[in-house]
Amino acid sequence: MSAIGELRNLDKLKPGGKLTAARKKEERAAYVFLLPWIVGFIGITAGPMLVSLYLSFTDYNLLQIPKWIGIDNFVRMLGDARLHDSLRVTFTYVLVSVPIQLAAALALAIALNRGLRALSFYRSIYYLPSLLGTSVAVAVLWRQMFGSDGLVNKVLEAVGIHAPAWISDPSTALGTLVILNVWTFGAPMVIFLAGLRQIPAMYYEAASVDGAGRWYQFRKITMPLLSPIIFFNLVLQIIHAFQAFTQAFVVSGGTGGPSDSTMFFTLYLYQMGFGNFQMGYASSMAWLLLIIVGAFTAVNFFASRFWVFYDD
Amino acid sequence: MTTDTQTLVEHASGISGSPRRGRRTRRRHPFRIGAKHLIIIAIGIVMIYPLLWMLVSSLRTNDNIFSMAGLLIGGSPKFSNYADGWNGLEFQFGHYLANSAIIAIGCILGNLISCSMAAYAFARLRFRLRRLMFALMLMTIMLPIHVVIVPQYIIFSQLGWVNTFLPLIVPKFLATDAFFVFLMVQFIRGIPRELDEAARLDGCGYFKTFFRVILPLMVPALATTAIFTFIWTWNDFFSQLIYLTAPSTFSVSVALRSFVDASGVTSWGPLFAMSVVSLIPVFLVFLVGQRFLVKGIATTGGK
Repeated sequence: MSAIGELRNLDKLKPGGKLTAARKKEERAAYVFLLPWIVGFIGITAGPMLVSLYLSFTDYNLLQIPKWIGIDNFVRMLGDARLHDSLRVTFTYVLVSVPIQLAAALALAIALNRGLRALSFYRSIYYLPSLLGTSVAVAVLWRQMFGSDGLVNKVLEAVGIHAPAWISDPSTALGTLVILNVWTFGAPMVIFLAGLRQIPAMYYEAASVDGAGRWYQFRKITMPLLSPIIFFNLVLQIIHAFQAFTQAFVVSGGTGGPSDSTMFFTLYLYQMGFGNFQMGYASSMAWLLLIIVGAFTAVNFFASRFWVFYDD
Repeated sequence: MTTDTQTLVEHASGISGSPRRGRRTRRRHPFRIGAKHLIIIAIGIVMIYPLLWMLVSSLRTNDNIFSMAGLLIGGSPKFSNYADGWNGLEFQFGHYLANSAIIAIGCILGNLISCSMAAYAFARLRFRLRRLMFALMLMTIMLPIHVVIVPQYIIFSQLGWVNTFLPLIVPKFLATDAFFVFLMVQFIRGIPRELDEAARLDGCGYFKTFFRVILPLMVPALATTAIFTFIWTWNDFFSQLIYLTAPSTFSVSVALRSFVDASGVTSWGPLFAMSVVSLIPVFLVFLVGQRFLVKGIATTGGK
């Protein structure tokens, strides 16, 4: 620090002309470095977002010029029963799979964190599925595993249970996708593990000297200190789960079946936009998705005041 | 037995980092440790079993795939599944592997260059609107791709880029993967300012400082970015499905999916074989890059 830090402060205090010249140079350099990002933000993100907002008020099939129809797309959404089903499927998926996934991640992170030989080996085994889980190959595997003569039923038969074809039964098809998402708990687990490392050991020592049991320590030390990371994982996994697509697409062969039971919102949006080329309607659906994800995130941030504990 | 437990606990505290040292005052019963080990191993086996089973099944006959839940192949390994799968589509599977590799390499290059540049500006340089831009950049991390995909598709199809790799690669050269910008900002903030300020005092401009000082120091963050970009691009399906519709441009994901449609229920062996082939690059990158992967998610998640 010292010398250079001082010089930096001096630099700030230098009188008028020279400072602005230096600042100008710095600013120019900054915009050069930022140029790709600025072009990308305007051309690939913000611009298309605005266009998408505009298209959501139009009827547009890619061939003719977009036709302004006001809020008709949104009115149509109100009456679109399939869309309502897809929302129900998506909400069920998010609200069931994310809590289970995070609970599994937290439980195993705590188990692995407490004195185990070969920690990194187990960590790798648990982490690997989360790297492969979104691939088409694993979705292909899932399709076989949960089929009528698939791996799962062969294992169940061995213990005398005769089960249905999971992916062709509307009441269980979504469950197989929930299991697939839970299977990828490795990524949040690694984040939990990193967080657990940050908790100073002396807290636990002091607590056990005072006679606090394991469960009490978990509730009073681990949970509060880990809460920012639980929050981070929760926000991230909810956003991810809302956007799940590949698994439902491959497992259902692109249909969202059987009887729309795996029709994720994203899949319905894809069918509308890129199957039927109803780009206007697809855009209004995309904005609905953005509003839903944004609302979930906002509620999460608001609720975090009551349970997330920040150390600093 | 006691010494065993002792070393185990010591070993573990060594693994889990210095702050933990001496944490366990009460010595735990060896049986409990053994039981916990067993549970953790059992869960690990359940987790990894489907993948192993697919690997074994890729060498089985179709009948055996549907009748055998174990890990014994049952009969001689059917290597012809791999040849059948390799030649099972319009192009040889190697063609799709090459396509995916080109896309992945393009995306890696793009992310490395554009994200590191943006990150340097955000982490080190002062400029107007910095706070606003930084906030906007962070918000795009959470943006669902579906909100922008329709207009993007329109733009890229106007440019005649559908059925080329450009819609997939070009955005990466424009730092659209904000997650990596953030990761690198965090990393650069951890580099002592004295280092680049010393370089500035020695007469290096901002560009020289960036290339000579910052970039060499942020190699771990670059490695993490490269590895994640590879895995995410390789696994990506949604945007590849939209932009790659001509068989000659198919990536591995899209090719595999068309294989599912083409083969129906008759050829699970070749389908599994190509599924295994498609996972091998990700698995190898995982083996080589584990260290960076774990560190990468730990630094972005932990902060």
